[in-house]
Amino acid sequence: MSNTPESENTMETAVRPSSLADVASSHNKVPGTRALGTGLETRGVHAWFGKHHALADINLDFAAGTVTALIGPSGCGKSTFIRTINRMHEFIPGAAMAGEVLLDGKDVYAPGTDVTKIRLQIGMVFQKPNPFPSMSIGENVLSGLKLAQLKVDNKDDLLEECLERAGLWNEVKDRLGAHGGSLSGGQQQRLCIARALAVRPQVLLMDEPCSALDPGSTLRIEETIRHLSDTMTIVIVTHNMQQAARVSDYTAFFLSDGGPGQMIECAPTSDIFSRPQDQRTENYVTGRFG
Amino acid sequence: MSTTVQPTKPWKASTQDRLIDFSIFAGSLLASYLIVEVTPMKGKLALFAVFFLVYMFLTAALKGLQRGNAAAKDALVNSLVAIGAIVTVIPIGSILFTVLQKGLPGIKPSIFTHDMSMATPTDPLTNGGLLHAITGTLTLVALALVMSVPIGILTALYLTEIKGRFIGPIRFLVQAMSGVPSIVAGLFILSAILYPITKSYSGFMGALALTILMIPTIARTSEEVLNLIPNDLREAGVALGGTQWRTVAMIVLPAAKSGLITAVILGVARIAGETAPILLLTGGGDRVNPNAFNGPMGSLPYYIWKSFNAGSPEAITRAWAGLLVLVGLVLILFTSARYLGSRKGAK
Repeated sequence: MSNTPESENTMETAVRPSSLADVASSHNKVPGTRALGTGLETRGVHAWFGKHHALADINLDFAAGTVTALIGPSGCGKSTFIRTINRMHEFIPGAAMAGEVLLDGKDVYAPGTDVTKIRLQIGMVFQKPNPFPSMSIGENVLSGLKLAQLKVDNKDDLLEECLERAGLWNEVKDRLGAHGGSLSGGQQQRLCIARALAVRPQVLLMDEPCSALDPGSTLRIEETIRHLSDTMTIVIVTHNMQQAARVSDYTAFFLSDGGPGQMIECAPTSDIFSRPQDQRTENYVTGRFG
Repeated sequence: MSTTVQPTKPWKASTQDRLIDFSIFAGSLLASYLIVEVTPMKGKLALFAVFFLVYMFLTAALKGLQRGNAAAKDALVNSLVAIGAIVTVIPIGSILFTVLQKGLPGIKPSIFTHDMSMATPTDPLTNGGLLHAITGTLTLVALALVMSVPIGILTALYLTEIKGRFIGPIRFLVQAMSGVPSIVAGLFILSAILYPITKSYSGFMGALALTILMIPTIARTSEEVLNLIPNDLREAGVALGGTQWRTVAMIVLPAAKSGLITAVILGVARIAGETAPILLLTGGGDRVNPNAFNGPMGSLPYYIWKSFNAGSPEAITRAWAGLLVLVGLVLILFTSARYLGSRKGAK
């Protein structure tokens, strides 16, 4: 993670298909997944809202196929940070940023980058479940294909596979035509995960995906996350430290001391919780503040 | 011995409560009648006004005695809300009743199959009909819809989705336009297009004026509806790799569909009975005219206006029948639009 030397950024050896159509027809280890790529790095990422400096100098490496949890008190810029990764940050009026976000060694902010392609490679699950109200469960899962105008050979297989991987297939297989809104909150969130999987992202960003859910649904989603991490790189923002401990390989602690949010420490999750290097991290993970 | 528990509704008013309510009602009716008799105030309106005041006062006083100050205020506000609802419904009911009463004698099957090309408004009702007016009104509304719905909704999309630099002036203009008197829209088309360019009356000229009237209604209502769509959905669409346009077309607009249909209905309601620009621009033909771009075109408001002007009893009956047909037509348009909106929404 953050202690990885930057020279290991081996973009030349990155083996990844050039387009989604290739992926759909090629044979990966797990059906319907994109090659893992070489992961994601951020270099000196800052973010502003108008004059407010929200995030300062974030350097993080997300190795391919790992789960990284971002923890920290509210308002420390965790959500802002992941929104800079898939370029959702720029939707906020007055937003600005600095630094580089490297996906397989290529800066997603480089001039001429097709931002919709970036968002296909870096999927996102939001805090509040937000299935599309005008679509059925099945249409919701496949909506990304329609939105991005992608072709797949067998939609039914893809539908089943995505719902299966999101842990929802058994609950909805008999009512794929029902409204997405007819599901419970936890099911809706898993539907949103399935929807994000259908466009085969290589990175999945999750912004407090369980904060609105009951413990049972949270458990299901955590299982889903563990399961997905074989085939993609996951970054999850969470306020729940037990959750971070349960699902993540690495944990990064963010903190704002009244100024812009900063990344205090990033290490393997067990280290963060058992022997944090920074006093502030220790205070936070032991519940002394925040 | 088995005891079955009977379902009850303890929150409903008891017989005693209802008796009290009824006696207050009857008492205030009687009291107001007496008051109207002994004072110079006369007429049904006075009776209604006095009755309402007495009833309001009595209910409030009784509740106040029974349950205190807050209950009295509650009863007072309840009465005010009820009067508001009644005052709103009475004119609508009265209009519908009058139109039905006076229009029904003029409704005959033959009026839906004939136009007025071989008849005058003063002829017996067996001659002629209002087919030309129905087809004309439908044509005008359809043309105006075709032009104003895309423009109106695109304007709303500019205001809510693109949020461009001209959002302030455009919103101001749309609001100002919704106050434009219809005769002004008519005169504008007359002086800007009909006199200098086409130099002849046609249905299309009327539809243009109606479009001017309809766009602000559709744009404003659509804007309000689109603003209600949660931003989460837009973000979700974009995060799935959709462009802004595809996200709007596939997610935002479908989610707002029933509201957008309401916007269109309100737009049709604004123009369906519009008379002034039609008088100026369509020429008001008496013959079914399938060509909206050439020659005078009849319409129901024009037919009604012309028939009333003719003044004979037959002509007046024609006018009321025309009114009834217009009201019926608008009702059919509204219910079918509502049905379309809800059925697909519930699927």
